[in-house]
Amino acid sequence: MSTESALRIVWVYPDLLSTYGDRGNLLILSRRADLRGLPVECCEVRSDQPVPVDADIYLLGGGEDGPQALAAERLIADGGLGRAVDRRAVVLAVCAGYQLLGESFFAKGQRCAGLGMLDIRSDRGPSRAVGELAGEVDPELGLPTLTGFENHGGRTHLGPGVRSLAKVTAGVGNDGATEGAWSGSVLGTYSHGPALSRNPALADLLLRWATGIETLDPLDDTWSGKLRGERLGAVRAG
Amino acid sequence: MRNAAPTGFAAGPSDTLARVTPRKPLRAKLASSVSNGAAALSRATGRGDGAVIGGRLGLMIDPDLLAHLSGGRRIALISGTNGKTTTTRLTTAAVGVLGPVATNSLGANMPTGHTSALAKAGDTPYAVLEVDEHYLPRVITATSAEVVALLNLSRDQLDRAKEVAMMAQLWRDALAGKPVHLVANADDPMVTWAASVTDQVTWVAAGQRWHDDSWVCPNCGGAIERVEVSVEEPAAATAVEPAVAGEPGGEAEPGAGAETGGEPTAGEPSGAEVVAVELASQPTIGSGGGAPDADWHCTNCDLRRPTPQWTIDGTAVVDPKGRRHEITLQLPGRVNRANAAVALAVAAWFGVDPADALPRLTEVASIAGRYAQVVRDGKTIRLLLAKNPAGWLEAFDMADVAPTLLSINARDPDGLDTSWLFDVDFSPLAGRPVLITGDRAFDLAVRLDVNEIPFRHVRTFNEALAATPPGRLEVIANYTAFQDIRAELDRVN
Repeated sequence: MSTESALRIVWVYPDLLSTYGDRGNLLILSRRADLRGLPVECCEVRSDQPVPVDADIYLLGGGEDGPQALAAERLIADGGLGRAVDRRAVVLAVCAGYQLLGESFFAKGQRCAGLGMLDIRSDRGPSRAVGELAGEVDPELGLPTLTGFENHGGRTHLGPGVRSLAKVTAGVGNDGATEGAWSGSVLGTYSHGPALSRNPALADLLLRWATGIETLDPLDDTWSGKLRGERLGAVRAG
Repeated sequence: MRNAAPTGFAAGPSDTLARVTPRKPLRAKLASSVSNGAAALSRATGRGDGAVIGGRLGLMIDPDLLAHLSGGRRIALISGTNGKTTTTRLTTAAVGVLGPVATNSLGANMPTGHTSALAKAGDTPYAVLEVDEHYLPRVITATSAEVVALLNLSRDQLDRAKEVAMMAQLWRDALAGKPVHLVANADDPMVTWAASVTDQVTWVAAGQRWHDDSWVCPNCGGAIERVEVSVEEPAAATAVEPAVAGEPGGEAEPGAGAETGGEPTAGEPSGAEVVAVELASQPTIGSGGGAPDADWHCTNCDLRRPTPQWTIDGTAVVDPKGRRHEITLQLPGRVNRANAAVALAVAAWFGVDPADALPRLTEVASIAGRYAQVVRDGKTIRLLLAKNPAGWLEAFDMADVAPTLLSINARDPDGLDTSWLFDVDFSPLAGRPVLITGDRAFDLAVRLDVNEIPFRHVRTFNEALAATPPGRLEVIANYTAFQDIRAELDRVN
């Protein structure tokens, strides 16, 4: 991103992938950039519109089987997101959006082709994973404990081309052991809450990746701090 | 039990004669009596409102009890994600013009609650029952209902509810070939699709401010486009090209959606001097909502907003004959005028003239604590229940500009996932003193912070009262949070 232009954040297919307050991740990124005086331009791209190639951050949210399969088909046909990732754009994908970035996923009883941006494969688990999710984040990312709420029927298997986002301490995540995955500047997670409301440091990581700014001004995170404390406390007590 | 082709249905809306009550089998009589006894016990021991336990015992003794109890009554069912309890109350009041009406007024909206309500009411010519949307197919069959009102469908209890499109499919399958008349919301694409499986429909422009669960056509998967009919002063009005179906996607500015959040929301047409300006609408970043009565159509198939026979025009309901009925309700907000329109349409099917029903609607003041007003320590507290994003958008429209307490829990009946708070745009609260409380107040705090709405966190309802100056206090709470505050106010009804 050049310093003159605004940080461009694209919300991909909110008409298909916006089931669990996913708009929150966009609002939080935008607000946290704004508070640092970084000009931001948010836009949303509906599934009948082309995905712009030149934005800085792309967000994909959760969705049910039908919309997930349709979103994958349309993203593959469009090709814009892949070209954006080739030029090192940042991607945060949640739940159904995370699965469809992989090689394949299950929807409506059949295996569907994913976008192949992450070396992951998802299939169906024995039961639905619903509840609090917590995990210790990959030390390479330098983030505090991940907290979120998960609600999915999939199990995700990681290939050698990705690292897991976190080691699960509560909940299921990918498979009960690991949660999420990342590679380069593409990061996926099963956490909603939404994810960035409970994990502001993850929001700042995405902003740093997108802007190249190594140290962002600290913000007053009193309330998200209290929320994190409460949720992680509930998991420990539970 | 009635047969599948009820005579009242065939006779149409002008037939107001009650059917002769058939004799109940002995087993049904016994079950009904046990049912009433258990309900009395439940109330007497303070364990509940008694609306469910009696029905549960009765159904154990006679599984067909609901069908038996339904026999001989003309029955209307009210279902949808939001507004069921209120609309059931308003419809009961309107149908009451014709005679006694059995109803499950305590919101016990599953078959046990219906059984209990009918058993308790004794023989009545009419019944108006609120039905949980999941149970609607079963209850239509069990009660041989004559008319069914379909209010709206939207996301509710994210961690366990059916996908909205699946619920619409469930309704559509249940309604196919059934001899029921529908009163359905033309402003909700999901409801419209479910109802359009039959041509026995009275369409009401009942509104749906929440748009985020109906951008994808349930019929074909195409994109739903809305044209908001906004109202501006003539001087400010400019010709705006409505977005046209089939406009090539490539022409759409990627940023176009971002601006729509700042556009004026549709007001209510209130006179001859206003000019309608059409604004094409698509999902917006700031909120899942938009104009409640936007025209809509699928860009790919022929599903579109049906022409409603009943409409809302400012503070009036306009009936199919074009007569305007000024609605004076104690219940606040546009959504309750719409609920009143649905109630009048259902009652009209039974033969009630809207003019006769209106005074009865005016008498309805609160429903199981909803909209209840309590004066305490010089403060007039009003309780508004909002269970999901669609409900919160409506609550902001209903609430006065006054100090406002928001309370959020995430217990079992509420759904455990609070993510939906980010689907609600809280900016209508800007400028009002805001207090927050509840089990999940911190989730709300983070949301309001991002929304740039100043607030103060309080631990208890009494602390909120102490922090409020004399005058109005609006309380908006989700289900169990609402019940907690209602308990603080001596279970106000």
